[in-house]
Amino acid sequence: MKYLGYVFEHLRKDLRLEWRSRDAINGMLFFVLLMVVVFSIAFDPAGYPSVTRQISGGILWVGLLFASMTALNQSWSREQRNQVLEAQRMAPSPASALFVGKALANMLFVLAVEAVLAPIFVVFFNLHVLGNAKLLALILPLGTWALVVNGTFFAALGLRARNRELLLPLILLPLSLPAVLMMVQATTGVLTGELDPIYLRSWITQLAGYDLIYTVVCVLLFETVLNAE
Amino acid sequence: MARSSTLRTVAWLWLAATVAVLVVGFRQAIFLAPMEETMGNLQRIFYYHLAHAILGLIFPYINLAASLAFLYWRRRDPLKALTADALAVASAEITVLFVGITLATGMLWGKPAWGIWWTWDARLTTELILWLLYISYLMLRRFSPTGQTGVLSAVLAVFAAIDIPIVYMSIQWWRTQHPAPVFGPEGGGIDPAMVPAVLWNLAGWAMWGIFLIALRFAVERRHQIAEQDAALLALEASLETPQ
Repeated sequence: MKYLGYVFEHLRKDLRLEWRSRDAINGMLFFVLLMVVVFSIAFDPAGYPSVTRQISGGILWVGLLFASMTALNQSWSREQRNQVLEAQRMAPSPASALFVGKALANMLFVLAVEAVLAPIFVVFFNLHVLGNAKLLALILPLGTWALVVNGTFFAALGLRARNRELLLPLILLPLSLPAVLMMVQATTGVLTGELDPIYLRSWITQLAGYDLIYTVVCVLLFETVLNAE
Repeated sequence: MARSSTLRTVAWLWLAATVAVLVVGFRQAIFLAPMEETMGNLQRIFYYHLAHAILGLIFPYINLAASLAFLYWRRRDPLKALTADALAVASAEITVLFVGITLATGMLWGKPAWGIWWTWDARLTTELILWLLYISYLMLRRFSPTGQTGVLSAVLAVFAAIDIPIVYMSIQWWRTQHPAPVFGPEGGGIDPAMVPAVLWNLAGWAMWGIFLIALRFAVERRHQIAEQDAALLALEASLETPQ
């Protein structure tokens, strides 16, 4: 119970910081909008509606993956100003609460971006969802958490590295490949309505399993990374 | 000094034995093993492909074990932890090498047999992601700040080791085209006359891999000792400076 209190404090602090600057959300929003435009020009979605349905799941997640990466590095560099991170390390609260709070905050930011992005995506890609659209409400948060939990962890890991902006994608992309496969398959399955519901359920279950495993590993190893000297 | 010269002799003997076993393996694979019915001489690359594939899947476990040992000894016994770190980097580099050779020999076989260099099949994709993960491990080692390299890369090694089974399971669901395993309860088995070629090559390349890891480990240890000496010298020099 006390642990949840710490997590909530960290979450509130991150949300307040973001509310005052709105750097991460604005940056991500514009970045994803640009990605949608670039992809629309590259693939001409209006001309080939069935092809568009096949590839739009992948395009959506690739855009979100790149956009979240731009925000993840900033989320830790905030803590570095005025040696806040050193203070956090000395604080008696558990280190993983800091991580969970920040991951939840990042998750909320990316979800906010998704909420704005979804209508834009439908408009620019002329999308008609053929499958059970309610399932997207399950797939999007699960997929987002898969990106954000590892992303927040590895952004903290590369915090003091040389050229950390480059390091994060180099580590995060290979590790996230199975999650990307799962969420793209599930999203495409819902958009085209062609995937067998048993397969669809299996992709969603696998994604949930991925989330669970990596959340546990990140929480367990975060203190080691924070105090790596 | 005596210990070092014994080690050097052992290393040379080991290398000579490795070369001898590899020569026998080459003779077995290229001249003695019977020709495969459908694929002909093309199948002979299998003896090299299989040996590298098996070893490329074993060496990551050495990396994981060394990384866990590093995390355990980090505070308790820093000198042992440094040794574990050297073993971790050595095994990671040789993993990249062996998995890379597996991918390359597989492509050389795939072009004539399947008509394509590459396909996004379960085993192939898993192997490729394994390769990418250990390259990213080596990248992290290069980029990470001095003094933290060991901890950060050990943490990534744990993540990579967890990722591989997940990758394999998820992609298995996706698609499979690679030839089914010939060994094990479900495999059809191979001609008994081919077994010596498989075993000699497996033994030879295993000895070669162990030799490379040991060599890289020795190099890394020398690096570490040189760094320690330099740090000690700098410390002593700072103490001698008149205040």
